[in-house]
Amino acid sequence: MSEQATAHRPRSSHARSQWFDVLDQFLTHRGAALGMIFFVLVCVAVTLGPALWTLDPNTIDIRAKNQGPTLLHPMGTDQLGRDTFAQVLAGGRVSLAVGVTAMLLSLVLGTLVGVIAGFFRRFDGPLMRLTDLFLALPLLPLLLVIIMLFRDTLRAAFGPETGIFILIVFVIGITSWMQTARIVRGDVLALKEREFVLAAMSIGTPSRRLILRHILPNVLSPIMVSATLGIANAIITESALSFLGLGFPSDFPTWGRLLFDSTNFMTLNPERVIWPGLAISLTVLSVNYIGDGLRDALDPRIRGR
Amino acid sequence: MLNYTIRRLLFTIPVLLFISFIVFLLLDLAPNDPTGNLPLTIPPDVRERIRQSLGLGEPIHVRYFLWCVQFFVNEPLNILEQWTGLQFGSGDRLRVQSWATRSPVVDLIVERMPQTLWVVGMSYVVGIIIAIPIGVISAYRQYSWFDQAGTFVSMVGFSVPTFFTGVLMIVVFSVHLDWFPSIYDTTHRVTDWQSFWFQVRQMIMPVSVLALFNAAQISRFMRASMLDNLSQDYVRTARAKGVREPVVLLVHVLRNSLIPVVTVIALGIPQVFGGAIITEQVFKVNGLGQLLIIGIQGADIPLVQTLTFIFAVLIVFFNLIADLLYGILDPRIRYE
Repeated sequence: MSEQATAHRPRSSHARSQWFDVLDQFLTHRGAALGMIFFVLVCVAVTLGPALWTLDPNTIDIRAKNQGPTLLHPMGTDQLGRDTFAQVLAGGRVSLAVGVTAMLLSLVLGTLVGVIAGFFRRFDGPLMRLTDLFLALPLLPLLLVIIMLFRDTLRAAFGPETGIFILIVFVIGITSWMQTARIVRGDVLALKEREFVLAAMSIGTPSRRLILRHILPNVLSPIMVSATLGIANAIITESALSFLGLGFPSDFPTWGRLLFDSTNFMTLNPERVIWPGLAISLTVLSVNYIGDGLRDALDPRIRGR
Repeated sequence: MLNYTIRRLLFTIPVLLFISFIVFLLLDLAPNDPTGNLPLTIPPDVRERIRQSLGLGEPIHVRYFLWCVQFFVNEPLNILEQWTGLQFGSGDRLRVQSWATRSPVVDLIVERMPQTLWVVGMSYVVGIIIAIPIGVISAYRQYSWFDQAGTFVSMVGFSVPTFFTGVLMIVVFSVHLDWFPSIYDTTHRVTDWQSFWFQVRQMIMPVSVLALFNAAQISRFMRASMLDNLSQDYVRTARAKGVREPVVLLVHVLRNSLIPVVTVIALGIPQVFGGAIITEQVFKVNGLGQLLIIGIQGADIPLVQTLTFIFAVLIVFFNLIADLLYGILDPRIRYE
């Protein structure tokens, strides 16, 4: 064995893969690292929290109504004496679930449209025109209209909570895939001209395998970045809908709903507004920072600088 | 350029048709019944005849065509008549009427327009005025404390939803400090200095909430665009031939960096109308956004259809303007 090889050994024993580099770069972005920690904390809190904080968010205790923060109720209580902390935890579960599910739906749609448009020249024109048309739709008004019109049908079909959940996830998903589709299409178009794709094509790889093995792994980084932006967008949209009174029913707390309900008691109990709003804002901020860090970490021109 | 403009204008026709079709279809497929408001004592066969007389028995393409005629021909003619006082044709055309107020939808919209334009338009202007200097300085002093702070503030600006910043401002400035009124009074008339001051005070909060949100996005674009231009060769040439630094920055670089920013600003204008729905709701400004919410809550379908379609038209129109502006401002861009 030559000397050169032994000199390199300590490094290779570390098994530095590409993803290790990415993680390394990601953690040097302070905002992204903090955002990641916060987001994981929020996820853990809303999943495990209701098991530890055993107060039921819907228990009415009218003698303890409109309290400020106390030891028994660290975030105070609402006008019916329900514990705000338990409600924020329960609401976070719904808000995050809506955010993640809607993001997945829009990501799948966007990637599908983007890959097909970029890879098959035949579909490029029609699909991109379709994307342009969707971008020209006034999204928030349309979301409101869709929810107004189809709320009752879905409620009757799937029950009040599941029905609204399906509806909200579906409408957010189908109205937010366009950016992903555009980015993915651009990347696929560039990748298609590269030698390794040409090589794979020339040995007769079928399109399906070409896409799954060669194209998709290489467009993963823009997809991951738009996933984080998608979560942030979905959480904000869901809260906005709930805030306008068109989201979940009021006994089913989400962050937007809690904020909406507490604005009516703003002069009486102003602290109550802060908690759900802070939860939404910090979660979205942390997710946006994660996206920012991921963009830097996944960009090989910036990585290792 | 003229050729391109004509082509773009022609492309907006199918886009508008597509959007109107979606708006029409959404409300058509929706499970509701226009005779639902009528008394339950009406027997089913009479109810069916009422539905027939409303034109609901026609096939869908006929109904869509009639709807389009109403929207694209009758209503614009009605508005023209109102504005000019001239009469076109017989003059007894249908009007799109709101189900809740029984008045023409167009009148309602004309009533609400000034408030929205004042509050939302002002906030957009303020946002731009804040954002451009911030973007310029952050790019010029990249990675300085100012740039870091600007990045953080803009990150916060578009992460924190307007319905939280608005509510927070109300809690701090109306409930605790009692500086500004929490509700925007649209019946207020400016007659003297005192009432003018009241108008300013009630506009501060909604305008600053929206301005922060807009400035956050525009300042990011401004910074990125400045950074792109600062490393260009022509900047080095200008410095090498001894042009003073303020002139390099504010004449050479700023002018070129504003080109993409201007198009972004144009693209954002319709979104401001959309985002204003929430801010108007928070501060109880009775503008277009609030009208839409009222219409949705009361299932006032003609009103909702018209407003949604107007928002769509705004988006298409400003997309067109942005594209054309880009071509006019940047001579390197040539649409063949």
